[in-house]
Amino acid sequence: MRRALFLLPLLCFAAVATWFAFGLGRDPSRIPSALVGRPAPAVALPPLEGAQRPAFALQPGRVAIVNFFASWCAPCKVEHPTLMRLAAEGRIAVHGISYKDAAADSARFLAQLGNPFETIGWDRDGRAAMEWGVYGVPETFVVGRDGTIRHRHVGALLDDTVARVLVPMVARLERE
Amino acid sequence: MMARGLLAFAALAMLVVASSPARAVLPQERLADPALEARAREISRELRCQVCQNQSIDDSNAPLAADLRRLVRDRLLAGDDDARVLAHVVARYGDYVRLTPPLRADTALLWATPAIVLCAALAAIALRLRRRQAAPPAAKPLDAREQAALRELLRQGDAGGRGGGG
Repeated sequence: MRRALFLLPLLCFAAVATWFAFGLGRDPSRIPSALVGRPAPAVALPPLEGAQRPAFALQPGRVAIVNFFASWCAPCKVEHPTLMRLAAEGRIAVHGISYKDAAADSARFLAQLGNPFETIGWDRDGRAAMEWGVYGVPETFVVGRDGTIRHRHVGALLDDTVARVLVPMVARLERE
Repeated sequence: MMARGLLAFAALAMLVVASSPARAVLPQERLADPALEARAREISRELRCQVCQNQSIDDSNAPLAADLRRLVRDRLLAGDDDARVLAHVVARYGDYVRLTPPLRADTALLWATPAIVLCAALAAIALRLRRRQAAPPAAKPLDAREQAALRELLRQGDAGGRGGGG
């Protein structure tokens, strides 16, 4: 028993090393949102000129996603087909907020890749994004029928995440 | 020639002494009121830049840090006190945005860990010292079999000693 005591530091080290090894695999950008469970912040934004959509507004009673995007953001281009598919399915309302981008550039981005958004806000200086606790694009929020934020996704929203997270969540939120 | 070199050196030395550590705050961001600006800097040092996570927004050159610095200054101009400015940002970005975690029931363990580790270490040392000072356990007398074995060994040792020595 006493002889085994010399193994104790080794075991402690192994435990800490394992813990750190798991920590290394975690994405440090995935910070939980402070706004989950809180009402979506009311932001007054002008419509995106040239995109032929009304100014950003959530309709109560419908599960929605709010996507912060910009034409200068490469992952936004990656996730765009996913947003297009979600919009085509028509089950949830897809809203967009153009983040710190020239209106003409955002409009061209949507004209080239397709426009999945029902309403679009133009957040030229990133003010509205800060109300939402956004720290970079793309970020996507899921808003329940009662207008509270239920989920935040950081980074490109891909089909895999939609199937694994979004679809079950929307099904649950629609029952509420 | 020599005088010129000295002059250059002196100028350089003065520059080094006069320069303060560089901060990311841009001249146009600064508030006109120095007292308010000082408070803004104080709050900014407490807020984490979410993009480069180990820098405060006062140190970071990230665009988001600049936006947050502006937000802090706008709140101050609107008349918020320091605590309310901090609360405003924390409400949107969460506790993680603060470089000093708040002391609450769910963070008590975090704050207490250094004290707990120190106490545990001191306790371990005290225990060891006490054990070392305690008298060594009384020797158990040899039983009959051990006595016989000892005699045998001594006898063999004597024989070997006589044989080997001279």
